[in-house]
Amino acid sequence: MQRLNYAAPKTVNEAVSLLAGASGPAKLMSGGTDLLVQLRSGRLKPELIVDLKHVPGLIGIREEAGGFVIGASTPGATLEAHAGLKAAWPGVVEAMDLIGSEQIQGRASLAGNLCNASPAADSVPAMIAAGAVAVVVGAKGRREVPVEAIPTAPGRTSLAKDEFILEIRLPPRPAHSGDAYLRFIPRTEMDIAVVGCGVNVTLDAAGVCTAARVVLGAVAPTAVLVPAAAAALIGHKLDAATLAKLDAAAQAACKPITDKRGTIEYRTKVAGVMARRTAAIAFERAQGRAVKGH
Amino acid sequence: MSKHHVTTTINGEAVEFLCETQETLLDVLRNTLNLTGSKEGCASGDCGACTVIMDGKMVCSCLVLGVEAEGSSVTTVEGIADGETLHPVQRKFLEHAALQCGFCTPGFIVATKALLDANPNPTEEEARYWLAGNLCRCTGYDKIIRAVMDAAAEMRGEARAA
Ligand SMILES: Cc1cc2nc3c(=O)[nH]c(=O)nc-3n(C[C@H](O)[C@H](O)[C@H](O)COP(=O)(O)OP(=O)(O)OC[C@H]3O[C@@H](n4cnc5c(N)ncnc54)[C@H](O)[C@@H]3O)c2cc1C
Ligand code: FES
Ligand code: FES
Repeated sequence: MQRLNYAAPKTVNEAVSLLAGASGPAKLMSGGTDLLVQLRSGRLKPELIVDLKHVPGLIGIREEAGGFVIGASTPGATLEAHAGLKAAWPGVVEAMDLIGSEQIQGRASLAGNLCNASPAADSVPAMIAAGAVAVVVGAKGRREVPVEAIPTAPGRTSLAKDEFILEIRLPPRPAHSGDAYLRFIPRTEMDIAVVGCGVNVTLDAAGVCTAARVVLGAVAPTAVLVPAAAAALIGHKLDAATLAKLDAAAQAACKPITDKRGTIEYRTKVAGVMARRTAAIAFERAQGRAVKGH
Repeated sequence: MSKHHVTTTINGEAVEFLCETQETLLDVLRNTLNLTGSKEGCASGDCGACTVIMDGKMVCSCLVLGVEAEGSSVTTVEGIADGETLHPVQRKFLEHAALQCGFCTPGFIVATKALLDANPNPTEEEARYWLAGNLCRCTGYDKIIRAVMDAAAEMRGEARAA
């Protein structure tokens, strides 16, 4: 059997040269909550594991220019414990917090959730709704990529062999803004989304929506940003007619599959309902009311 | 190439061991260090029987590589009691008969200690959510929750809840 090697680089350059110079398949590791399960099942057979957690900046949260910079490998428990991040981006934090148990939260990261590229990844619709940007580093240097451009298909990303995500950046918040994430699962904990929905809105002083992003998870091969759903919200308060248009736009964007968690018809219908409920929470938060999500 | 040489702290003691990359922390604890309190129920992060505290965070040791323990500090169920004196959480699990086969118990004890260290006064709902990653096939959970709430009350110095 091919020996499995492990490296824990201490700098970005060291990590990039390990990846660029690897003779066989190499896998990056943050919390390992996807990676170790896939190693164990035999689905992955890398020759090298590159543990990113010792690279400076990969763990931790800082505020910068009015926004937040989250180290790519930072565990969910650290996000949940950060009062400032939670106040500014409750939807992103609640989406991350839905991942697995407290034990999983001790390890699971945003970058791992994104790069595992599951269509049902919970933090991804919330990050896309937030307009999050991934800072990617590699042999050719550094580039900033909108989060939605990272996953390309189930299990696949747009990252090159020598690239990894250094940090996730969340933009500054205009006044009267709010975000939310909800997922539908048949139980209350420890399951994979049938549908997930992230909504991020900015309102004017009268409560009329001036900007919106609506994203659905688990209804297509990757999370989908739904401009038509955002268009249904912009220029309106959240009245019955607006909610009906939002629901219809969300359903129209679904290209789901039928599996043990739900049929195409069921997922499509639930997507509309989740869009309504998530938008309601995001609007409440934008008006300064603290609302418990899931 | 040789095995990884790992230097770490387990239950407050300096420990060194050798391991292959694919050996998990749980494998190392049980097979190399003979700390067999942590159990393997699923090896996929679902059951919590392997729960340990690593650098202040509760984790499934089946989803941590042994080599990742380098330079870290790990608490296992063997490190919860104070010598021969059981931790209040352990005592309350016994008093409330919060175990039958006992396979899940080490994970519950470690997770409960982590809960009460972080939140000495949890509601029952908070305790149930915190322990959602620990599965028990025997007790139906109610006795476990009673033990947890009673241990919390005792540790806060309150009289036992009726
Ligand atoms: C019991 C259990 C329950 C779970 N529940 C949920 C759930 O409810 N919702 C959900 O969405 N997921 C869930 N997951 C999946 C998993 O926990 C999440 O996807 C988690 O966010 C992965 O993060 P990680 O840091 O552990 O990733 P890792 O396992 O370290 O990595 C995952 C993938 O991302 C790559 N990667 C890691 N870091 C980087 C980086 N910085 N740059 C580029 N690529 C990188 C790795 O190479 C790998 O392909 C669950 C897993 C378990 C075991
Ligand atoms: S053995 Fe680790 S969670 Fe089940
Ligand atoms: S006591 Fe048997 S699994 Fe919990």
